[in-house]
Amino acid sequence: MAFQPVILWTDALIYLLLGLAAAMVWYTRRHEHLAAPWQRVARSRTGQAAMVVLLFYVVVGVLDTLHFNPKSGVDDQGEPIYSTEVLSLFDHIAGSLRTQREKTYSAPFATHLFSKENIEQPDGSMLRDYPRLIYGGAHLQLGDDSKLQDIALKALSGALKGGAVWLMLLIVICRANRDRLARLLGGRLRNPWHVGAWTAFGLALLLGALWELSAFYHVLGTDKVGEGVFFQSLKSIRTGLVIGTLTTLVMLPAAILLGIMAGYFRGWVDDVIQYLYTTLNSIPGVLLIAAAVLMMQIYMSNHEDDFNSVTERADLRLLFLCLILGVTSWTSLCRLLRGEALKLKELEYVQAARAFGVGNFRILLRHVLPNVMHIVLITIVLDFSGLVLAEAVLSYINIGVDPATNSWGNMINGARLELAREPVVWWSLLAAFVFMFTLVLAANLFSDVVRDAFDPRLRQQR
Amino acid sequence: MSLIENVMSAQPAPTEALLTLDKLTTHLGSETSPVRAVDEVSLNIQRGETFVLLGESGCGKSMIALSIMRLLPHSGRIVGGDIRLDGQSLRALSEAEMRSERGGRIGMIFQEPMTSLNPVMTVGEQVAEAVRLHDRESRGRIEERVVELFRAVGIPDPQRRTRDYPHQLSGGMKQRIMIAMALAGRPELLIADEPTTALDVTIQAQVLDLLKQLQRDTGMSIMLITHDLGVVAEMADRVGVMYAGQMMEINDVEGFFQNPVHPYSRKLFRSVPKAEKRHQGLDVIPGIVPSLNQAFDCCRFADRCEFAHDRCRTQLPPWRGKAQSGYRCHLAPEEVPESVAPALPTRHSQAAAGKALLDVRRLKVHFPIHKGVLRRVAGQVKAVDGVDLKIDSGCTVALVGESGCGKTTVGKAIIQLNRLTDGQILFDGDDLANVRGRRLRRLRREFQIIFQDPASSMNPRMLVEDIVAEGMIAQGIGGDRKQRRLLVERLLGQVGMQPAAADRYPHEFSGGQRQRIAIARALALEPRLIVCDEPTSALDVSVQAQVLNLLKELQAELGLSYLFITHNISVVAYLAHEVAVMYLGRIVEYGEVGKVLENPLHPYTAALLSAVPVPDPAHEREVIKLQGDMPSPIDPPTGCHFHPRCPHARAVCRERYPETIEVEPGRRVSCWLMSPQ
Repeated sequence: MAFQPVILWTDALIYLLLGLAAAMVWYTRRHEHLAAPWQRVARSRTGQAAMVVLLFYVVVGVLDTLHFNPKSGVDDQGEPIYSTEVLSLFDHIAGSLRTQREKTYSAPFATHLFSKENIEQPDGSMLRDYPRLIYGGAHLQLGDDSKLQDIALKALSGALKGGAVWLMLLIVICRANRDRLARLLGGRLRNPWHVGAWTAFGLALLLGALWELSAFYHVLGTDKVGEGVFFQSLKSIRTGLVIGTLTTLVMLPAAILLGIMAGYFRGWVDDVIQYLYTTLNSIPGVLLIAAAVLMMQIYMSNHEDDFNSVTERADLRLLFLCLILGVTSWTSLCRLLRGEALKLKELEYVQAARAFGVGNFRILLRHVLPNVMHIVLITIVLDFSGLVLAEAVLSYINIGVDPATNSWGNMINGARLELAREPVVWWSLLAAFVFMFTLVLAANLFSDVVRDAFDPRLRQQR
Repeated sequence: MSLIENVMSAQPAPTEALLTLDKLTTHLGSETSPVRAVDEVSLNIQRGETFVLLGESGCGKSMIALSIMRLLPHSGRIVGGDIRLDGQSLRALSEAEMRSERGGRIGMIFQEPMTSLNPVMTVGEQVAEAVRLHDRESRGRIEERVVELFRAVGIPDPQRRTRDYPHQLSGGMKQRIMIAMALAGRPELLIADEPTTALDVTIQAQVLDLLKQLQRDTGMSIMLITHDLGVVAEMADRVGVMYAGQMMEINDVEGFFQNPVHPYSRKLFRSVPKAEKRHQGLDVIPGIVPSLNQAFDCCRFADRCEFAHDRCRTQLPPWRGKAQSGYRCHLAPEEVPESVAPALPTRHSQAAAGKALLDVRRLKVHFPIHKGVLRRVAGQVKAVDGVDLKIDSGCTVALVGESGCGKTTVGKAIIQLNRLTDGQILFDGDDLANVRGRRLRRLRREFQIIFQDPASSMNPRMLVEDIVAEGMIAQGIGGDRKQRRLLVERLLGQVGMQPAAADRYPHEFSGGQRQRIAIARALALEPRLIVCDEPTSALDVSVQAQVLNLLKELQAELGLSYLFITHNISVVAYLAHEVAVMYLGRIVEYGEVGKVLENPLHPYTAALLSAVPVPDPAHEREVIKLQGDMPSPIDPPTGCHFHPRCPHARAVCRERYPETIEVEPGRRVSCWLMSPQ
């Protein structure tokens, strides 16, 4: 085999999450009352556009989750030797994007480094100038002023390729039926799928152009150690998604169980649970996170032998950050669910179940839990964007993810000092901002649509 | 369109009506498949007249009111016809002009006085706001005018009351405030949308009386919307019967009650429960109201009409008669035959007297009120305070009283959903107060409950099969899944539903059907006692008849006992064998239903019965007016609880609670008037 699969901790949890999502989809499709709100989501134009953008992020994130050790050689017995370097499928696809490193900063589409260096001339004399980049714009002749034209041409051909891929995808989805394709793009279906399709078209053009260009230029420049910012931004997607989803997954069981128990049983159970979350809530979250992360850091540096690779260590730290964020953020959902359970408890179907002699646990499971799920779902999507932003803030003050992990927070942190430079190094910051902004905006729009579709009170008003 | 209708519209109206609706059509929802909430409704209301719109829920009567006010919900719109107030088309007015009409020439009061007032403003301010906006004459003397209005709607001590907040007032008082606000603009037309549905009968009598008196004083017209035939008889000059968005019959009130023409109107009358119908079934209207998101090309009542013939299913029925009185049907009046009420199976021979199935003794349920940081018990809400009750097997005992008197708490305590504070509940010899845990769970088989609102009594996320089978699973009976399924289907058949209903969700059924499912669910455990907590008060009259018939049949068939909790006296008269009247946590009168209803001994029973509107305009009744509202159960009055409102209160009533006196066997009264001293 040319590779050896590696499953990191967060990978395992992401697989679990995907499995749960798939199970939910399967279950939902078979229950009409569960599927109805999702149909309302699909009927929303905003929802369609946001879903396509989110889908792009998710695909990149999932590709970046499939980790493996590449084969580095063969030993005496002919057995393959695997490198300890952990790569992902996304790294593999990105190929040259990952490996083409410059010496230090260079601006987007630049052909020369950002700072002057001593260059040894062929005649042995030293010249202080901006050295030529190794990869960026290397195909251009020196002194050639056709750079702009070259960029435009490459962008156009990339966009065309992107468009072609988009068309092929659509043809596959429509099962090569011309009529169906025309109806889809013309918006003559019951749901506004055409909005999604045209958003995907825009996205395909943009990505195609960027991809084509990135083979010849550093489209978003390079950072301090010469790594492409475009590649970093894409790699950061997984980190953002992991933080946004795994945190919720971690906190969910506790929040749901404690919340509905407090509301349903009242009495001392309620007192204990309320005491727990009010106490937890009054500890400043950032301090708690900082203390926990710093402790983790010490532990890791004292037990370095326990980790096979840097990636593994960074991954564990990411998971730990999810856990600690989860611990600090379950209280609000718990409080919401307690209130809802209080209300449900007095409803007549719960009373009727009690009159039948149905056990408390069964009532919780069959009557209370399914009727609070819409709140859980709304909270998950609403929390997602907040968590992505929280990661950026925490990494910025150095208590976030491992410095070796690509994340938007780390990119911003790295760019912070360079903002004082003249001329300014702006591209790392801007790239992180644009990628994060797009994800959070799409997530927010999507969560608005989901809330409108699931909240029964909002539905009545229409 | 019929010939008669053409002729009719060509003639000028005899006198110019205050309000004229001319083929008003209102749609809700999307343009492509609209819900035709109001479909070509024409009517007119004369000055000083009370016009009652009668109809079941969802027939479009509220939509007419909202169309007139131009206050339709976001998705609603008037698509055709005209609304003329005093000759002026309201549809042509601009929104700004319309604003001055609302609360000006047209006043409106709503069903829910609780949510119609702003809780953070004093009621005086809220009425003053209406005066400021709509009453130019009172400029400069607004406060005076507010007090005047308060006095007009019969609020005692008006000066002081203007400074109260809504939560300090009772439901009846709040409705009076709403009426005062509507009167602020000196309206020529008052639209009252079910103004008394949320109120108790004694309060309802007060409010209806007030409306009549205000009409006499101001000469305004009233458009009253209701579903209650009793209220119609009480209030109406003319009646319009709505069905599925269409006007079915318009008549003056005498004509309507003596000789309703339309088959639907007749059916409505026949489905009202009454004492005289005790030994027969109630007439029911089979089926359900058709969905309104279709265009009709036939009579929309045809599917439920027993006289329907081919023409009814292929042609739109014409309007027969004039605009003032007429009806919409293919049949001429003499062609509509009388129908016969279905016979009920004769009752099970009553079980041997003496051996009571349920014997409740001195039942007390108090809820502690916690106060302060340490949550010390600061007082007790004495919801139920010493209730004695006996139910024989195969018998129905009705528990009657106004809201807040503790009747639901009694029911819940009996089936052990509330823990009792004191007393005994002997069920077939077992004292339920001492049974806990597993044994209680086993015993729960024997007694079940049916709730008021069929919408909230079933988990919306469960299939009907799972809902009905839930009790069987919990009690571990009914065998395996397959056998249970058969049982569920049999139960559904027993309550008159198709077996296929098992595979659907509760929201797919109408209110009456859902109540049937709730009954099937209760029957699944083969209980001996069913507590029915207002099982029909959320239902329309025709559907109520279906459910009452079913309950009666089941009793005859299975020998069930019912504790029937209700505030509806006519249902009691129809269904119950014995009746207990509750006031503020205690039973004030108990006895056989005929005797209690015909010859009430307790002043409260008498007042309660006199306040019930009778669906007969010729019926002259003397309403015994009660002062004020029911006191709070936290701090009941000393002596007899009823004395502050009692017209016959004596000195002794203020001092001691009266003993319970057995006037004759099985007839008990708690009143000093009955006492031999």
